[in-house]
This record gives sequence, structure tokens and C-alpha cells, in this order.
Amino acid sequence: MGQYVVELKNITKRFPGVVALKDMSLAIKPGEIHGLVGENGAGKSTLIKVLTGVNIPEEGEIYVDGRKQNIRTPVDSRGMGIACVYQELNIVSLLSVTDNIFIGRSIKKKNGLLDYKRMDEEAKEALESLGHGEIDVHTQCGKLGIGLQQMVEIAKAVAVKAKLIIMDEPTSSLGEGEVKQLVKTVRRLKDSGIAILFVSHKLEELFELCDRVTVIRDGRHIVTEDIENMDNDKLIEAMVGRTLENLFPKEFGKKGNEGLRVEHLVSEGVLRDVSFTAYRGEILGFAGLVGAGRTETMRAIFGADPLDGGKVFIEGEEVQMKNPTEAIAKKIAFLTEDRKGQGLVLSQSVKTNLIMSSMKKLKKNMLLDFKKIEEVSEANIKQLRIKTPTGNEVAAQLSGGNQQKVVIGKWLNSNSEIFIFDEPTRGIDVGAKIEVYNVMNELVKQGKCVIMISSELPEVLAMSDRVIVMREGRITGEIERDTEFFNQESIMKAAWGGKLV
Amino acid sequence: MTKNLKSILMKLAPLVALFVLGIVLAIMLPGKFVRMSNFMNILKQASINCLIASGMLVVLITAGIDLSVGSNTVLGACLIGVLVQNFGIRSPIVLMVSAILICTFMGFINGTLLTRLDLPHPFVSTLGMKNVLLGLALLITDSTPVGFMNKGVDSTLFLGSKTINDFPISFIMVIVIFSIFHVFLTRSALGRQIYCVGGNAEAARLSGIKSKNVLTFVYSLSGFMCGLAAIILVGRVTTANATAGTTYDTDAIAACIIGGASFTGGKGTIWGTLLGAILIATIRNGLNLLGTKNDVQYIVIGAVIILAVTIDVIRNKMEAKARRLAAK
Repeated sequence: MGQYVVELKNITKRFPGVVALKDMSLAIKPGEIHGLVGENGAGKSTLIKVLTGVNIPEEGEIYVDGRKQNIRTPVDSRGMGIACVYQELNIVSLLSVTDNIFIGRSIKKKNGLLDYKRMDEEAKEALESLGHGEIDVHTQCGKLGIGLQQMVEIAKAVAVKAKLIIMDEPTSSLGEGEVKQLVKTVRRLKDSGIAILFVSHKLEELFELCDRVTVIRDGRHIVTEDIENMDNDKLIEAMVGRTLENLFPKEFGKKGNEGLRVEHLVSEGVLRDVSFTAYRGEILGFAGLVGAGRTETMRAIFGADPLDGGKVFIEGEEVQMKNPTEAIAKKIAFLTEDRKGQGLVLSQSVKTNLIMSSMKKLKKNMLLDFKKIEEVSEANIKQLRIKTPTGNEVAAQLSGGNQQKVVIGKWLNSNSEIFIFDEPTRGIDVGAKIEVYNVMNELVKQGKCVIMISSELPEVLAMSDRVIVMREGRITGEIERDTEFFNQESIMKAAWGGKLV
Repeated sequence: MTKNLKSILMKLAPLVALFVLGIVLAIMLPGKFVRMSNFMNILKQASINCLIASGMLVVLITAGIDLSVGSNTVLGACLIGVLVQNFGIRSPIVLMVSAILICTFMGFINGTLLTRLDLPHPFVSTLGMKNVLLGLALLITDSTPVGFMNKGVDSTLFLGSKTINDFPISFIMVIVIFSIFHVFLTRSALGRQIYCVGGNAEAARLSGIKSKNVLTFVYSLSGFMCGLAAIILVGRVTTANATAGTTYDTDAIAACIIGGASFTGGKGTIWGTLLGAILIATIRNGLNLLGTKNDVQYIVIGAVIILAVTIDVIRNKMEAKARRLAAK
């Protein structure tokens, strides 16, 4: 037996265009609660996927109980006693608790039928070990609250005798009472000798629960420390600290008139009274945690989702935009965060993608003017330095950074005045990032109005003229660039807010 | 280089298949298959499927499917029959326009059911409509075929029956319409938007394309093509029979898939569909000349469809692999 239940040594995992994990190491002791923390995009998800056999690293070694192992599939991982409770629960809501706990590994009687007696017993045992014997194993899971569904998910892990349970943002969708329950359960698991890898955004939780904590940044291991030796500042510094000057070529425009103003936007359960103003010639940054309502705000303004209340003004005039077509006609451009799902038509050519929002302007008589389209797309490819053999290449063939440039090109062609960029640099390499920043600089200098949603604090701080922070569907802070509060600590405070129980 | 060669071969696959099939049939049927009159016969047989398949192609490009085309076509034909027989209408314009209108309207309903009721997949709406339309066709004809001989409506029938120097007028019509489709799909804004909606409806919507309207249009267009096919149909068989359309759905889908369209949408060309339709007509023609009955034809066409989809799946996998390699 080794000193650690699971140990990752020098793991490297690359995706096209990005290195998700670089020389990453992590060691988890038996029966400890080990916190894993890092910014969005730091590589936490990839690390979890390496442990659960979803992603296979190119380099590095994995030891389980001191023995070197290859984890190539999720089945391998489960066989070695590693289980994961994902943020999005894997619960089949129409099936019973027992069925869910034994999904994929049901116990059969000799005659080939399911042995529900034994399965019910074992399911009950697992739930009791979590302190939740009150859950009836015959209930349909969909009828349980989200907190209890999570318990079923954890029971699933306990039932396979997991030695390590990974919990990915387990409290993100829970209410206060449910969080309390979870904390109790996690401690119980620890007492029974199970190690927990607790991935969380919420620093208070880490301080309350964890024995040790590891900080990951840009796919690298930054520090692992006993929690007693850490404090808020040290953690945050480890999470974000890096040299910013060269990465972010910020240039300033001249702040002009009001471009976009929204008042009291309400969308039930998502947005609670959101009001802000964006001016021409400035980059207005939107900071906050994933799920804070930033994307939802922009989608509602753009007419992609319906609003339950509120007003939108462009250049001081109230406007109604019921769908994206109307928003584009009002000269709004919206670069979505999900490039592949919502930004591009991957099966179509670069050229087609570039003109998707501006086909109306590229017509001669009844038909598309191919000469003009050729000119426009060639100009885009040159200006944005899109690396593609020709404009006829299908978008799917391009790397992430170049795909993003195609989406940007699409919106530049729409001649918009208000540009909303949602996570414009997510998942693209540093070089492409700088080019995206330069596009934003150029737009601002032309006097256009730029809104940038970003979950990377250094990016928000370096590129924005003003920052709005959102939390739980509300605006919780607005900070001008030349004030003393224009720093990570203030934004973090506004974004993280609430305390753990 | 090799990659280009492969992709060209993939595109030419239906042509190669047609060629090979031609040689095989020529050997198996000496003196029967290779005759001008037989070739013209194949084109005549292919015309109806060509027209229906062109509408089907556009639907498939949007990652949808229209299972109601066969019923819609016979409904159009039966409407013409009823107008002639029960109402004594002789005017070719009135007869043709009514068939086209009713079929287009049924296509519009297909599109509306899909986009406004948010039915999960066009499979549901068009499968339902397939039965509704067949029922309507049986209802208006009282389940009895209507004959057109000696009813003074030859000027309505000529499109499906007449030839110029033995060349069927119906196939000339196909070539003209396919040329229009080619321009429409490749050079018009709406045509490109159809591909975009098929490739990623949400991205298209967020780029300002009214995806729902585009889809409704696409199904209406499919209905419109059924209307044209109905006019050819009455000319070719000179009867309007509600049960005549059983093979049309599968033949149209098969023609598109053989021609390079994919169930996952975003792909397919009109010329590929033309080849696909001719290939199917050739298979049916060959089997007829060989003296086989309907039973064998069903089996063969079924197998061809599965084969064509299998090829499509392999093609997709190859493309995905090429993409992964290119990404590295």
C-alpha cells in the first residue's frame, strides 16, 4: 500500500490548440478531503476527466494505491475505486432509487432475473451509511429534491466501494439547507476512510471542509498546502497570479455617448432586476461566476430568450427586439460563448459562416453576389489572419482560435455598433487571444460599444474600462477602471459573496 | 493529393455505381437493356421520383425528413381526378394549379406542425400527415381509381405522357427544374440559409436567420414538388389511384441518400439526387426486364437504401477522422 490512494504524476493532456494539463501532479491521501481550486478554464474538468477515464493523457503516470495503472475507460476508473459525482447529476429521473444506484451493474439471480431484494438492501445500506436511511429506495428519483438526488449519486459511489469520490462543484445547485446536509455527509464519508476530491469555486467551503487544498492554474500545479496554512488572499493569489502586461495589449478609446442601456430586466428564476449602461468607445467587462446570469442577460437583450420584464434602449431610444433577426437589424452583434454549438455551422464553409449574418447585403438582383462575397471573406481572412487553406474549407477543419476568428469576422461583416463578446477567448491559444483583444481595441477606437463577458479575472481587469459584477442574477458591483477598487479582490468579493452556512 | 482523389471518388460513387449496374444489366439482358427506347423508358420512370426527391433533398439538408410525399402526390392526382370526374372541369390550368395548391398547402401544414407545435422531429408530423393525406385521397375518390382516358383532358396529361423525338417531356421538365434548384441551393441567400439551418439551427438563429420560417418554407417546397409530381403522374398512368404512392417515400429518400445527402443534414446536391433517382429507376427497370415481380423489387430497393446509408455513415466517419488528423 502506498501513502496515497491516488497519485497523478506529471500528467500532460493536449487538445487541438490548447494544452489543458501541463506536467500536472496531484496526490490524495486516504481519508482526506482534498480541495481542488482554480479559475474557470484552469484545467479542473480535464483533470477530473483524466481520473475518470474520459480523457486519456498523453504523458504522465497514474498510481492507485501505490500501483501504476492505466485508466483508459470510465469502467477502468470505476474498477479501481474512483467514482465521480458530476455537477450535472447522472440520475435517470424515471427510475427508482435502487435502479439508479445499480445502473449498469445490476445484480442478477441465478435464473437471470434482477435480484431486487439484494439490490434494495444494498441500496438502503449505502444510503444509511450517508445518514440518509430515510430515503425510500423504491421512490422515483425525479420525485426527490436535488439535494437528495445528489445523495443517491453519492450512494452510487459508496455502493461500488469507492476509495476516492470526486465531487465536481457539488454545492453549485444546492440551497443552504442542502449544503448543510452535504457537508455532514462528506465528513461521514471521510470518517469511514473514503478520500474526497472536492472541486469548488467557493473558497469558504474549502476552508470549512478540506484538510488540504491544491491550486491549479493554466493546467499546471501551483501549490498543495494544508488548509491551516492558507488564507483567502494566498489562495486567490495562487489562482490568478501571473504577469499581465504582455498578454493584454490594452488600448483606450474615447468614451462617447450612451450606446446600450437596459433597465430592470427580469426573467423568472434567472435575472432579477438587471440595469446597466454601456457607452461607445469603452469596453464594459462583465465578471462573475459561471451561472451568475451574465450570458442570460445578453441573450435576453439579443432576443434569443424571452424576457419577463424590463426595457432596452439603444442610443437612448427604447427598442423591442423579439428575436435575433431584429437585434441584428438594430446593429447588435452577439458572439456566443459556445462557439461550436451556437456560433458556427461546422459543416459549412468558412465563407458561408462569414456571411451568415449579412447575406441580405450581399445580393445582386435575386441571387448572392459571389464576387462580393469572395472579396469580403478574403478581406476577413487577411485582416483577422484566419489560418485556412481557402475560404471553401469547412469550418470544422479549423483550430479553435481560427474558428473563433471566423465568428468574429461574421459579426464584423454585420456592420454592428454594439458588440457583445461572451467569453471570446475561451479555449483558444495565447496568440489568438491577443488578436481577439486587438479586434476589441480596434472596435473601441472606432467608437463602437463593446461588452465583454469573461470569467477570467486578469482578462477582465486588463481589458475593461469598467467592470460590472453579477451574482445570482443580480448586479452586485460596478467598478470604474481608475478607482482603488479596480482589482481582483473587490471583484471576487462581489462575485463570490455569500458565506457557507 | 490522395485525399482529393478520395473525395472525388466519393462524389462520383453514384455515377460509378450507375455505370457498373448498366454493364451488369447489359450482359444479363442482351438486346433488351441497351436500347434507346428502354433508356427513354428509364428516364420516364425516373421523372416522378426526381421531382419528389428534389423536395425531399431540401428537407434532408435541414436534417429533417418528409414521409408524407407519397400520400401527398397521390392526393394531388386524386384531386385532379375528382375535379374532372365529379365537377367536369377540363381546364388544364385549373386542374394543375389546384393540385399544386393543395399539395403545397399540405407541405405548409407539415412545416407548421413541426415549427409551431414544436413536435420533436419531422418524423412525427410527416408520418401522421402521411396517413391523413392517404385517407383524404381515398375519401375524395371513394376508394375507386379515376380514369382519364377520353375525358377531354389530354392537355393536362401531355406533360407526363408526350415525348419530343422519343425524349419524354417530363424529363425535360426535370432538367429545367433541377437547374433552377441548383441555382437556388447554391446561389440564393435562402438556399445557403437552408444549409446553415441544417448544419446548426441554433447558430443560424443567433446569426439572424429565421430558422422556423426557413423550415416551414422547406416543407412547403416539398409539398409543391409533390404537386408537380402529381401532374406528371396522372399523365403517365392516366388514372388517379389513391394507393399508387406506396413506393414514393422510400424511392425519394433513397435517391437523395445515394446522391450524397445525409440524415444528419447540411449535405447533398441536386445533381447527386438526379443520379440517385436514375439509379433507382434503372434498378427497377432491370428487375422488370428480368421478369421479377414487385416482391423482389421491394427487397432490392430496401437493401440499396441500407447500403447507401451505410456508405454515408462510413463517409462521415472518414471525414471526422480526417478532421481529427488535421487538428493535430
